[in-house]
Amino acid sequence: MANKAVLMQGNEACVEGAIAAGMRFYAGYPITPSTEIAEQCALRLPQVGGRFIQMEDELASMAAVLGASATGMKAMTATSGPGFSLKQENIGYGCLAEIPCVIVDVQRSGPSTGLPTSPAQGDYMQARWGTHGDHPVIALSPSSVMETYKLIIRAFNLSEKYRTPVIFLMDEIVGHMREGIVPPDPNDLIINKRHISYRDGANKQCYAVPEGKYVPAMKPFGAGERYNITGLAHDVSGFPTNNNAVAGALYTRLMEKIDRNLDDIVRVEQTMLDDADTAVVCFGGTARAVMSAVLQAREEGMKVGMFRPITVWPFPEKQLRALLPGLKRILVVEHNYGQMVLEVRRAAAEKVPVDFLGRMDGTVISPKDILQKLRETEV
Amino acid sequence: MRYEMRFSGSGGQGVILASVILAEAAVADGLNAVQSQAYGPEARGGLCRAETVLSREQIWYTKVDRPQFLLALTQASLDKYAQSLAEDAVVMADDTLALPAGVDPARALRLPILATARDKVGKIMTANIVAVGAINRALGLFGEEALREGVRRHIPAGTEELNWKALEAGTALIGDEAAGRFRRPAL
Repeated sequence: MANKAVLMQGNEACVEGAIAAGMRFYAGYPITPSTEIAEQCALRLPQVGGRFIQMEDELASMAAVLGASATGMKAMTATSGPGFSLKQENIGYGCLAEIPCVIVDVQRSGPSTGLPTSPAQGDYMQARWGTHGDHPVIALSPSSVMETYKLIIRAFNLSEKYRTPVIFLMDEIVGHMREGIVPPDPNDLIINKRHISYRDGANKQCYAVPEGKYVPAMKPFGAGERYNITGLAHDVSGFPTNNNAVAGALYTRLMEKIDRNLDDIVRVEQTMLDDADTAVVCFGGTARAVMSAVLQAREEGMKVGMFRPITVWPFPEKQLRALLPGLKRILVVEHNYGQMVLEVRRAAAEKVPVDFLGRMDGTVISPKDILQKLRETEV
Repeated sequence: MRYEMRFSGSGGQGVILASVILAEAAVADGLNAVQSQAYGPEARGGLCRAETVLSREQIWYTKVDRPQFLLALTQASLDKYAQSLAEDAVVMADDTLALPAGVDPARALRLPILATARDKVGKIMTANIVAVGAINRALGLFGEEALREGVRRHIPAGTEELNWKALEAGTALIGDEAAGRFRRPAL
Protein backbone atom coordinates (compact mmCIF):
# COMPACT_ATOMS: atom_id res chain seq x y z
CA MET A 1 0.00 0.00 0.00
CA ALA A 2 1.30 3.43 -0.90
CA ASN A 3 2.19 5.63 2.03
CA LYS A 4 -0.04 8.62 2.71
CA ALA A 5 1.22 12.17 2.13
CA VAL A 6 2.26 13.95 5.32
CA LEU A 7 3.34 17.50 5.96
CA MET A 8 7.00 17.48 6.90
CA GLN A 9 9.62 20.12 7.59
CA GLY A 10 12.93 19.98 5.70
CA ASN A 11 14.90 19.57 8.93
CA GLU A 12 12.59 16.76 10.01
CA ALA A 13 12.97 15.00 6.63
CA CYS A 14 16.73 15.22 7.11
CA VAL A 15 16.42 13.22 10.34
CA GLU A 16 13.89 10.70 9.01
CA GLY A 17 15.99 10.09 5.90
CA ALA A 18 19.15 9.72 7.99
CA ILE A 19 17.47 7.17 10.23
CA ALA A 20 16.29 5.28 7.15
CA ALA A 21 19.93 5.31 5.99
CA GLY A 22 20.96 3.67 9.25
CA MET A 23 22.15 6.69 11.24
CA ARG A 24 22.11 5.67 14.91
CA PHE A 25 24.36 8.26 16.54
CA TYR A 26 23.94 12.02 16.65
CA ALA A 27 26.08 14.48 18.57
CA GLY A 28 25.50 18.18 18.23
CA TYR A 29 25.07 21.60 19.71
CA PRO A 30 21.76 23.18 18.64
CA ILE A 31 21.82 26.31 16.48
CA THR A 32 19.19 28.10 14.40
CA PRO A 33 18.12 27.25 11.71
CA SER A 34 19.23 23.64 12.25
CA THR A 35 17.83 23.19 15.79
CA GLU A 36 14.87 21.02 14.74
CA ILE A 37 17.38 18.40 13.53
CA ALA A 38 18.81 18.06 17.04
CA GLU A 39 15.31 18.09 18.57
CA GLN A 40 14.05 15.41 16.21
CA CYS A 41 17.15 13.24 16.75
CA ALA A 42 16.68 13.52 20.52
CA LEU A 43 13.12 12.27 20.08
CA ARG A 44 13.62 9.66 17.37
CA LEU A 45 17.00 8.01 17.99
CA PRO A 46 16.05 6.40 21.33
CA GLN A 47 12.97 4.94 19.57
CA VAL A 48 15.17 3.08 17.07
CA GLY A 49 17.93 1.96 19.43
CA GLY A 50 20.24 4.87 18.64
CA ARG A 51 21.97 7.49 20.76
CA PHE A 52 21.57 11.25 20.91
CA ILE A 53 24.04 13.35 22.80
CA GLN A 54 24.17 17.12 23.21
CA MET A 55 27.84 18.00 23.59
CA GLU A 56 29.34 21.07 25.22
CA ASP A 57 30.07 22.68 21.87
CA GLU A 58 30.47 22.09 18.13
CA LEU A 59 34.12 21.00 18.34
CA ALA A 60 33.29 18.25 20.78
CA SER A 61 30.22 17.14 18.85
CA MET A 62 32.28 16.70 15.68
CA ALA A 63 34.84 14.70 17.68
CA ALA A 64 32.08 12.53 19.17
CA VAL A 65 30.68 11.83 15.69
CA LEU A 66 34.12 10.69 14.48
CA GLY A 67 34.57 8.48 17.53
CA ALA A 68 31.15 6.89 17.14
CA SER A 69 31.71 6.27 13.44
CA ALA A 70 35.12 4.71 14.08
CA THR A 71 33.43 2.12 16.27
CA GLY A 72 31.05 1.21 13.45
CA MET A 73 28.02 3.49 13.91
CA LYS A 74 26.63 5.63 11.14
CA ALA A 75 26.91 9.07 12.70
CA MET A 76 25.72 12.60 11.94
CA THR A 77 25.88 16.13 13.29
CA ALA A 78 24.02 19.25 12.23
CA THR A 79 24.80 22.92 12.60
CA SER A 80 24.71 26.30 10.88
CA GLY A 81 27.48 28.65 9.73
CA PRO A 82 29.01 29.58 13.11
CA GLY A 83 29.07 25.93 14.21
CA PHE A 84 30.27 24.77 10.81
CA SER A 85 33.35 26.98 11.29
CA LEU A 86 34.05 25.34 14.66
CA LYS A 87 33.74 21.82 13.27
CA GLN A 88 36.25 22.34 10.48
CA GLU A 89 39.40 21.06 12.20
CA ASN A 90 37.80 17.76 13.09
CA ILE A 91 36.23 17.45 9.64
CA GLY A 92 39.80 17.48 8.31
CA TYR A 93 40.68 14.76 10.80
CA GLY A 94 37.82 12.70 9.38
CA CYS A 95 39.11 13.27 5.83
CA LEU A 96 42.65 12.16 6.65
CA ALA A 97 41.76 9.28 8.98
CA GLU A 98 39.01 8.28 6.50
CA ILE A 99 36.14 8.17 8.96
CA PRO A 100 32.71 8.22 7.28
CA CYS A 101 30.14 10.65 8.69
CA VAL A 102 27.62 13.27 7.57
CA ILE A 103 27.82 16.93 8.57
CA VAL A 104 24.63 18.92 7.96
CA ASP A 105 25.02 22.68 7.55
CA VAL A 106 21.70 24.55 7.40
CA GLN A 107 23.06 27.85 6.11
CA ARG A 108 21.95 31.16 7.55
CA SER A 109 22.75 34.76 6.73
CA GLY A 110 26.02 36.59 7.24
CA PRO A 111 29.47 36.04 8.72
CA SER A 112 29.77 35.58 12.52
CA THR A 113 26.33 35.49 14.22
CA GLY A 114 24.78 37.41 11.29
CA LEU A 115 21.01 37.07 10.86
CA PRO A 116 20.35 33.77 12.66
CA THR A 117 16.84 33.16 11.33
CA SER A 118 17.35 34.32 7.73
CA PRO A 119 18.30 32.33 4.63
CA ALA A 120 21.62 32.48 2.77
CA GLN A 121 24.02 30.27 0.85
CA GLY A 122 27.28 31.81 1.96
CA ASP A 123 28.94 28.56 3.06
CA TYR A 124 29.36 27.11 -0.43
CA MET A 125 33.09 27.73 -0.57
CA GLN A 126 33.50 26.85 3.10
CA ALA A 127 32.01 23.44 2.37
CA ARG A 128 34.90 22.92 -0.07
CA TRP A 129 37.77 24.66 1.65
CA GLY A 130 36.69 25.07 5.27
CA THR A 131 39.25 22.71 6.68
CA HIS A 132 42.92 23.26 5.93
CA GLY A 133 45.19 21.39 3.58
CA ASP A 134 44.37 19.57 0.36
CA HIS A 135 41.55 17.21 1.14
CA PRO A 136 38.71 15.41 -0.59
CA VAL A 137 35.16 16.75 -0.25
CA ILE A 138 31.74 15.55 -1.26
CA ALA A 139 28.91 18.04 -0.65
CA LEU A 140 25.25 17.55 -1.58
CA SER A 141 22.47 20.16 -1.53
CA PRO A 142 18.69 19.49 -1.59
CA SER A 143 15.98 21.83 -2.89
CA SER A 144 12.81 20.28 -1.48
CA VAL A 145 11.61 18.37 1.56
CA MET A 146 11.23 15.15 -0.43
CA GLU A 147 14.69 15.52 -1.91
CA THR A 148 16.13 16.17 1.55
CA TYR A 149 14.80 12.79 2.69
CA LYS A 150 16.27 10.93 -0.28
CA LEU A 151 19.51 12.87 -0.63
CA ILE A 152 20.59 12.48 2.99
CA ILE A 153 20.45 8.72 2.36
CA ARG A 154 22.76 9.23 -0.60
CA ALA A 155 25.04 11.33 1.63
CA PHE A 156 25.42 8.38 4.02
CA ASN A 157 25.90 5.95 1.12
CA LEU A 158 28.68 8.02 -0.45
CA SER A 159 30.28 8.59 2.94
CA GLU A 160 30.44 4.84 3.62
CA LYS A 161 31.50 3.94 0.09
CA TYR A 162 34.35 6.43 -0.05
CA ARG A 163 35.18 6.51 3.69
CA THR A 164 35.00 10.27 3.86
CA PRO A 165 32.95 12.95 5.63
CA VAL A 166 30.10 14.20 3.44
CA ILE A 167 28.77 17.74 3.82
CA PHE A 168 24.99 18.04 3.50
CA LEU A 169 24.57 21.67 2.51
CA MET A 170 21.04 22.79 3.32
CA ASP A 171 19.74 26.34 3.66
CA GLU A 172 17.10 28.01 5.81
CA ILE A 173 14.66 27.98 2.88
CA VAL A 174 14.58 24.17 2.67
CA GLY A 175 15.35 23.46 6.35
CA HIS A 176 12.42 25.47 7.67
CA MET A 177 9.86 24.91 4.92
CA ARG A 178 7.12 22.36 5.31
CA GLU A 179 5.54 20.55 2.40
CA GLY A 180 3.61 17.39 1.79
CA ILE A 181 5.76 14.34 1.07
CA VAL A 182 5.12 10.65 0.68
CA PRO A 183 7.87 8.89 2.65
CA PRO A 184 9.37 6.11 0.51
CA ASP A 185 8.84 2.46 1.40
CA PRO A 186 11.99 1.33 3.31
CA ASN A 187 12.15 -1.71 1.00
CA ASP A 188 12.62 0.59 -1.98
CA LEU A 189 15.70 2.30 -0.54
CA ILE A 190 19.27 1.42 -1.39
CA ILE A 191 21.39 1.56 1.75
CA ASN A 192 25.16 1.05 1.58
CA LYS A 193 26.60 -1.01 4.40
CA ARG A 194 30.11 -0.23 5.58
CA HIS A 195 32.82 -2.27 3.88
CA ILE A 196 34.23 -4.03 6.91
CA SER A 197 37.28 -6.27 7.06
CA TYR A 198 38.84 -7.87 10.12
CA ARG A 199 41.57 -9.56 8.11
CA ASP A 200 44.41 -7.18 7.66
CA GLY A 201 47.06 -9.89 8.07
CA ALA A 202 50.00 -10.15 10.38
CA ASN A 203 51.32 -6.73 9.39
CA LYS A 204 48.25 -4.91 10.71
CA GLN A 205 47.87 -3.03 7.46
CA CYS A 206 44.59 -1.37 8.32
CA TYR A 207 44.93 1.31 5.60
CA ALA A 208 46.16 -1.00 2.86
CA VAL A 209 44.22 -0.90 -0.41
CA PRO A 210 44.39 -3.55 -3.13
CA GLU A 211 46.00 -2.57 -6.44
CA GLY A 212 43.67 -0.38 -8.48
CA LYS A 213 41.40 0.39 -5.52
CA TYR A 214 41.23 3.60 -3.54
CA VAL A 215 39.23 2.89 -0.41
CA PRO A 216 40.49 0.61 2.36
CA ALA A 217 37.99 -1.63 4.13
CA MET A 218 37.33 -0.48 7.68
CA LYS A 219 37.18 -2.43 10.87
CA PRO A 220 35.22 -1.17 13.85
CA PHE A 221 37.53 0.39 16.42
CA GLY A 222 37.45 -1.43 19.73
CA ALA A 223 36.04 -4.65 18.28
CA GLY A 224 39.06 -6.74 19.23
CA GLU A 225 41.87 -5.93 16.84
CA ARG A 226 44.17 -3.12 17.90
CA TYR A 227 45.11 -0.52 15.33
CA ASN A 228 45.97 3.14 15.22
CA ILE A 229 43.98 6.14 14.02
CA THR A 230 45.75 9.48 13.76
CA GLY A 231 45.47 12.90 12.17
CA LEU A 232 49.16 12.74 11.30
CA ALA A 233 50.23 11.50 7.90
CA HIS A 234 50.39 7.74 8.30
CA ASP A 235 51.49 4.58 6.58
CA VAL A 236 49.26 1.58 5.87
CA SER A 237 49.57 0.46 9.49
CA GLY A 238 47.93 3.70 10.60
CA PHE A 239 51.03 4.86 12.51
CA PRO A 240 52.57 8.29 11.87
CA THR A 241 55.30 8.66 9.33
CA ASN A 242 57.64 11.42 8.15
CA ASN A 243 58.35 9.60 4.91
CA ASN A 244 57.47 12.11 2.17
CA ALA A 245 56.87 9.43 -0.44
CA VAL A 246 54.42 7.62 1.85
CA ALA A 247 52.66 10.86 2.87
CA GLY A 248 52.47 12.00 -0.77
CA ALA A 249 50.98 8.68 -1.83
CA LEU A 250 48.39 8.90 0.95
CA TYR A 251 47.31 12.46 0.09
CA THR A 252 47.14 11.56 -3.59
CA ARG A 253 45.02 8.49 -2.92
CA LEU A 254 42.61 10.57 -0.80
CA MET A 255 42.11 13.04 -3.66
CA GLU A 256 41.94 10.38 -6.35
CA LYS A 257 39.33 8.28 -4.57
CA ILE A 258 36.93 11.16 -5.30
CA ASP A 259 38.41 12.50 -8.56
CA ARG A 260 38.42 9.12 -10.26
CA ASN A 261 34.81 8.40 -9.34
CA LEU A 262 33.09 11.60 -10.43
CA ASP A 263 30.57 9.74 -12.59
CA ASP A 264 29.42 7.87 -9.51
CA ILE A 265 29.42 10.89 -7.19
CA VAL A 266 28.20 13.82 -9.28
CA ARG A 267 24.47 14.35 -9.82
CA VAL A 268 22.78 17.30 -11.57
CA GLU A 269 19.19 18.22 -12.28
CA GLN A 270 18.85 19.55 -15.84
CA THR A 271 15.39 20.87 -16.63
CA MET A 272 14.18 22.28 -19.97
CA LEU A 273 17.73 22.55 -21.27
CA ASP A 274 17.35 20.52 -24.49
CA ASP A 275 16.47 23.52 -26.69
CA ALA A 276 17.64 26.24 -24.27
CA ASP A 277 19.99 29.07 -25.19
CA THR A 278 20.01 30.24 -21.58
CA ALA A 279 20.87 28.17 -18.51
CA VAL A 280 20.03 29.41 -15.04
CA VAL A 281 22.43 27.78 -12.58
CA CYS A 282 21.51 27.50 -8.91
CA PHE A 283 21.58 25.10 -5.97
CA GLY A 284 19.50 24.31 -2.87
CA GLY A 285 16.42 26.33 -1.96
CA THR A 286 17.13 28.97 -4.63
CA ALA A 287 15.92 26.45 -7.22
CA ARG A 288 12.32 27.04 -6.11
CA ALA A 289 12.28 30.65 -7.33
CA VAL A 290 14.39 29.71 -10.37
CA MET A 291 11.91 27.03 -11.52
CA SER A 292 9.00 29.50 -11.19
CA ALA A 293 10.99 32.04 -13.21
CA VAL A 294 12.00 29.49 -15.86
CA LEU A 295 8.36 28.50 -16.41
CA GLN A 296 7.28 32.14 -16.71
CA ALA A 297 10.20 32.96 -19.04
CA ARG A 298 9.15 30.06 -21.27
CA GLU A 299 5.65 31.57 -21.45
CA GLU A 300 7.28 34.80 -22.63
CA GLY A 301 9.07 32.85 -25.36
CA MET A 302 12.55 32.81 -23.84
CA LYS A 303 14.43 29.53 -24.26
CA VAL A 304 15.49 29.08 -20.66
CA GLY A 305 16.30 26.00 -18.61
CA MET A 306 17.69 25.20 -15.18
CA PHE A 307 21.02 23.55 -14.37
CA ARG A 308 21.07 22.58 -10.70
CA PRO A 309 24.05 20.81 -9.17
CA ILE A 310 22.73 18.33 -6.59
CA THR A 311 26.31 17.29 -5.91
CA VAL A 312 27.66 20.80 -5.33
CA TRP A 313 31.21 19.52 -4.60
CA PRO A 314 32.89 18.29 -6.68
CA PHE A 315 31.33 20.87 -9.04
CA PRO A 316 29.66 19.19 -12.07
CA GLU A 317 32.16 20.64 -14.51
CA LYS A 318 31.83 17.95 -17.17
CA GLN A 319 28.03 18.25 -17.27
CA LEU A 320 28.12 22.05 -17.58
CA ARG A 321 30.83 21.97 -20.29
CA ALA A 322 28.68 19.56 -22.33
CA LEU A 323 25.97 22.25 -22.49
CA LEU A 324 28.18 25.15 -23.57
CA PRO A 325 27.95 24.70 -27.38
CA GLY A 326 24.18 25.33 -27.33
CA LEU A 327 24.20 28.24 -24.88
CA LYS A 328 24.26 31.99 -25.49
CA ARG A 329 24.34 32.96 -21.84
CA ILE A 330 24.39 31.60 -18.30
CA LEU A 331 22.79 33.25 -15.29
CA VAL A 332 23.92 32.09 -11.84
CA VAL A 333 21.49 32.80 -8.99
CA GLU A 334 22.71 32.38 -5.41
CA HIS A 335 21.89 33.78 -1.98
CA ASN A 336 25.43 35.11 -1.51
CA TYR A 337 27.91 37.62 -2.97
CA GLY A 338 28.99 35.19 -5.70
CA GLN A 339 30.50 31.80 -4.86
CA MET A 340 29.30 29.01 -7.18
CA VAL A 341 29.48 31.58 -9.98
CA LEU A 342 33.28 31.33 -9.69
CA GLU A 343 33.12 27.61 -10.49
CA VAL A 344 30.66 28.26 -13.33
CA ARG A 345 32.95 30.92 -14.86
CA ARG A 346 35.90 28.56 -14.58
CA ALA A 347 33.97 25.78 -16.33
CA ALA A 348 32.53 28.16 -18.96
CA ALA A 349 36.09 29.30 -19.75
CA GLU A 350 34.82 32.52 -21.40
CA LYS A 351 33.07 30.53 -24.13
CA VAL A 352 29.68 31.68 -22.84
CA PRO A 353 29.04 34.94 -20.90
CA VAL A 354 28.13 34.32 -17.25
CA ASP A 355 25.85 36.76 -15.40
CA PHE A 356 25.20 36.77 -11.70
CA LEU A 357 22.19 37.54 -9.51
CA GLY A 358 22.91 37.39 -5.80
CA ARG A 359 21.46 38.52 -2.52
CA MET A 360 22.77 38.47 1.02
CA ASP A 361 20.42 40.72 3.03
CA GLY A 362 18.49 37.81 4.53
CA THR A 363 15.52 38.10 2.14
CA VAL A 364 14.69 35.63 -0.60
CA ILE A 365 15.28 36.16 -4.32
CA SER A 366 11.87 36.06 -6.02
CA PRO A 367 10.90 34.74 -9.48
CA LYS A 368 10.22 38.38 -10.43
CA ASP A 369 13.84 39.35 -9.67
CA ILE A 370 15.12 36.48 -11.84
CA LEU A 371 12.72 37.25 -14.71
CA GLN A 372 13.77 40.88 -14.70
CA LYS A 373 17.44 39.87 -14.88
CA LEU A 374 16.67 37.45 -17.72
CA ARG A 375 14.86 40.18 -19.68
CA GLU A 376 17.69 42.69 -19.10
CA THR A 377 20.37 40.33 -20.32
CA GLU A 378 18.45 38.75 -23.22
CA VAL A 379 20.66 38.44 -26.30
CA MET B 1 -3.37 28.61 -9.60
CA ARG B 2 -1.86 29.47 -6.24
CA TYR B 3 -3.66 30.65 -3.14
CA GLU B 4 -1.27 32.62 -0.95
CA MET B 5 -1.94 33.16 2.74
CA ARG B 6 -0.02 35.17 5.31
CA PHE B 7 -0.38 34.94 9.09
CA SER B 8 1.10 37.67 11.28
CA GLY B 9 1.33 38.74 14.86
CA SER B 10 3.75 38.84 17.73
CA GLY B 11 6.13 35.96 18.49
CA GLY B 12 4.44 33.57 20.93
CA GLN B 13 0.87 34.11 19.67
CA GLY B 14 1.05 30.92 17.65
CA VAL B 15 0.60 32.35 14.16
CA ILE B 16 3.27 29.99 12.78
CA LEU B 17 1.41 27.02 14.24
CA ALA B 18 -1.85 28.30 12.71
CA SER B 19 -0.18 28.31 9.29
CA VAL B 20 1.25 24.81 9.88
CA ILE B 21 -2.16 23.43 10.91
CA LEU B 22 -3.83 24.80 7.78
CA ALA B 23 -1.02 23.40 5.59
CA GLU B 24 -1.42 20.03 7.32
CA ALA B 25 -5.18 20.14 6.75
CA ALA B 26 -4.56 20.96 3.07
CA VAL B 27 -2.32 17.90 2.66
CA ALA B 28 -4.89 15.75 4.49
CA ASP B 29 -7.47 17.12 2.03
CA GLY B 30 -5.34 16.11 -0.96
CA LEU B 31 -4.01 19.56 -1.92
CA ASN B 32 -0.39 20.62 -2.32
CA ALA B 33 0.82 22.99 0.38
CA VAL B 34 4.06 24.71 1.29
CA GLN B 35 4.48 26.47 4.62
CA SER B 36 7.29 28.79 5.69
CA GLN B 37 7.96 31.53 8.20
CA ALA B 38 10.07 34.54 9.05
CA TYR B 39 10.84 35.70 12.56
CA GLY B 40 13.52 37.39 14.59
CA PRO B 41 15.91 35.79 17.10
CA GLU B 42 13.56 36.46 20.06
CA ALA B 43 11.62 33.51 21.53
CA ARG B 44 8.72 35.82 22.48
CA GLY B 45 7.66 39.17 21.06
CA GLY B 46 8.91 40.72 17.86
CA LEU B 47 7.12 40.78 14.54
CA CYS B 48 6.37 37.28 13.32
CA ARG B 49 4.94 36.09 10.04
CA ALA B 50 4.17 32.75 8.50
CA GLU B 51 2.99 31.81 5.05
CA THR B 52 1.09 28.96 3.48
CA VAL B 53 0.72 28.46 -0.27
CA LEU B 54 -2.02 26.14 -1.57
CA SER B 55 -2.32 24.71 -5.07
CA ARG B 56 -3.51 21.72 -7.04
CA GLU B 57 -0.30 21.96 -9.07
CA GLN B 58 3.31 21.62 -7.98
CA ILE B 59 4.37 24.60 -5.88
CA TRP B 60 7.80 25.90 -6.89
CA TYR B 61 8.37 29.30 -5.30
CA THR B 62 7.68 28.81 -1.62
CA LYS B 63 7.28 32.39 -0.45
CA VAL B 64 4.39 34.82 -0.56
CA ASP B 65 4.88 38.27 -2.05
CA ARG B 66 1.28 39.53 -2.34
CA PRO B 67 -1.04 37.38 -0.23
CA GLN B 68 -4.69 36.85 -1.06
CA PHE B 69 -5.39 36.38 2.64
CA LEU B 70 -3.90 38.12 5.66
CA LEU B 71 -4.41 37.32 9.35
CA ALA B 72 -3.16 39.98 11.76
CA LEU B 73 -3.29 39.68 15.55
CA THR B 74 -1.33 42.87 16.39
CA GLN B 75 -1.59 46.46 15.12
CA ALA B 76 2.09 46.46 14.10
CA SER B 77 1.68 43.38 11.93
CA LEU B 78 -1.59 44.66 10.42
CA ASP B 79 -0.06 48.04 9.55
CA LYS B 80 3.00 46.45 8.00
CA TYR B 81 1.48 43.62 5.98
CA ALA B 82 -1.63 45.51 4.83
CA GLN B 83 0.79 47.38 2.54
CA SER B 84 1.52 44.36 0.35
CA LEU B 85 -1.78 42.64 -0.41
CA ALA B 86 -3.06 41.13 -3.62
CA GLU B 87 -6.04 42.84 -5.25
CA ASP B 88 -9.28 41.75 -3.59
CA ALA B 89 -7.38 40.16 -0.69
CA VAL B 90 -9.29 39.18 2.44
CA VAL B 91 -7.98 40.66 5.70
CA MET B 92 -8.85 39.06 9.04
CA ALA B 93 -7.86 41.09 12.08
CA ASP B 94 -8.62 41.10 15.75
CA ASP B 95 -11.45 43.58 16.45
CA THR B 96 -9.27 45.55 18.86
CA LEU B 97 -7.19 46.68 15.88
CA ALA B 98 -7.84 49.65 13.58
CA LEU B 99 -7.89 48.98 9.85
CA PRO B 100 -5.14 50.98 8.16
CA ALA B 101 -5.92 53.18 5.17
CA GLY B 102 -5.91 51.18 1.95
CA VAL B 103 -7.69 48.15 3.36
CA ASP B 104 -11.16 47.83 1.85
CA PRO B 105 -13.58 47.46 4.82
CA ALA B 106 -15.82 45.32 2.63
CA ARG B 107 -12.97 42.79 2.30
CA ALA B 108 -12.04 42.91 5.99
CA LEU B 109 -13.24 40.73 8.85
CA ARG B 110 -12.69 42.30 12.26
CA LEU B 111 -13.36 39.53 14.77
CA PRO B 112 -13.05 39.17 18.56
CA ILE B 113 -10.37 36.50 18.21
CA LEU B 114 -8.35 37.34 21.33
CA ALA B 115 -11.46 38.00 23.47
CA THR B 116 -13.07 34.73 22.38
CA ALA B 117 -9.94 32.79 23.32
CA ARG B 118 -9.66 34.56 26.68
CA ASP B 119 -13.33 34.72 27.73
CA LYS B 120 -15.21 31.95 25.90
CA VAL B 121 -12.52 29.28 25.62
CA GLY B 122 -10.81 30.39 28.83
CA LYS B 123 -7.20 30.49 27.59
CA ILE B 124 -5.69 33.37 25.61
CA MET B 125 -3.12 31.01 24.12
CA THR B 126 -5.87 29.31 22.10
CA ALA B 127 -6.30 32.46 19.98
CA ASN B 128 -4.45 30.81 17.08
CA ILE B 129 -6.86 27.87 17.06
CA VAL B 130 -9.83 30.23 17.29
CA ALA B 131 -8.37 32.00 14.24
CA VAL B 132 -7.92 28.68 12.40
CA GLY B 133 -11.62 27.89 12.94
CA ALA B 134 -12.68 31.32 11.71
CA ILE B 135 -10.35 31.25 8.69
CA ASN B 136 -11.50 27.81 7.61
CA ARG B 137 -15.18 28.79 7.80
CA ALA B 138 -14.79 32.23 6.22
CA LEU B 139 -12.67 31.05 3.29
CA GLY B 140 -14.37 27.64 2.94
CA LEU B 141 -11.01 25.87 2.89
CA PHE B 142 -11.19 22.28 4.14
CA GLY B 143 -13.60 19.65 5.35
CA GLU B 144 -14.16 19.20 9.09
CA GLU B 145 -12.20 15.93 9.21
CA ALA B 146 -9.12 17.30 7.41
CA LEU B 147 -9.13 20.39 9.63
CA ARG B 148 -9.33 18.34 12.82
CA GLU B 149 -6.55 16.11 11.53
CA GLY B 150 -4.42 19.21 11.01
CA VAL B 151 -5.06 20.38 14.56
CA ARG B 152 -4.67 16.92 16.10
CA ARG B 153 -1.17 16.45 14.70
CA HIS B 154 0.13 19.65 16.24
CA ILE B 155 -1.30 19.87 19.75
CA PRO B 156 0.02 18.27 22.93
CA ALA B 157 -1.79 15.10 24.05
CA GLY B 158 -4.41 15.89 26.64
CA THR B 159 -5.35 19.29 25.20
CA GLU B 160 -7.81 17.97 22.62
CA GLU B 161 -10.99 19.13 24.38
CA LEU B 162 -9.64 22.64 24.87
CA ASN B 163 -8.60 22.85 21.24
CA TRP B 164 -11.91 21.52 19.87
CA LYS B 165 -13.66 24.14 21.99
CA ALA B 166 -11.40 26.85 20.52
CA LEU B 167 -11.92 25.55 16.98
CA GLU B 168 -15.71 25.57 17.39
CA ALA B 169 -15.70 29.01 18.99
CA GLY B 170 -13.68 30.33 16.04
CA THR B 171 -15.98 28.70 13.50
CA ALA B 172 -18.99 30.25 15.24
CA LEU B 173 -17.55 33.75 14.70
CA ILE B 174 -18.42 33.48 11.01
CA GLY B 175 -22.07 33.72 9.95
CA ASP B 176 -23.54 32.33 6.74
CA GLU B 177 -23.39 35.69 4.97
CA ALA B 178 -19.65 36.14 5.65
CA ALA B 179 -18.94 32.51 4.78
CA GLY B 180 -20.39 33.15 1.33
CA ARG B 181 -18.83 36.54 0.75
CA PHE B 182 -15.23 35.68 1.68
CA ARG B 183 -15.01 32.27 0.07
CA ARG B 184 -11.62 31.72 -1.62
CA PRO B 185 -11.49 31.39 -5.41
CA ALA B 186 -11.44 27.85 -6.80
CA LEU B 187 -7.96 26.42 -7.29
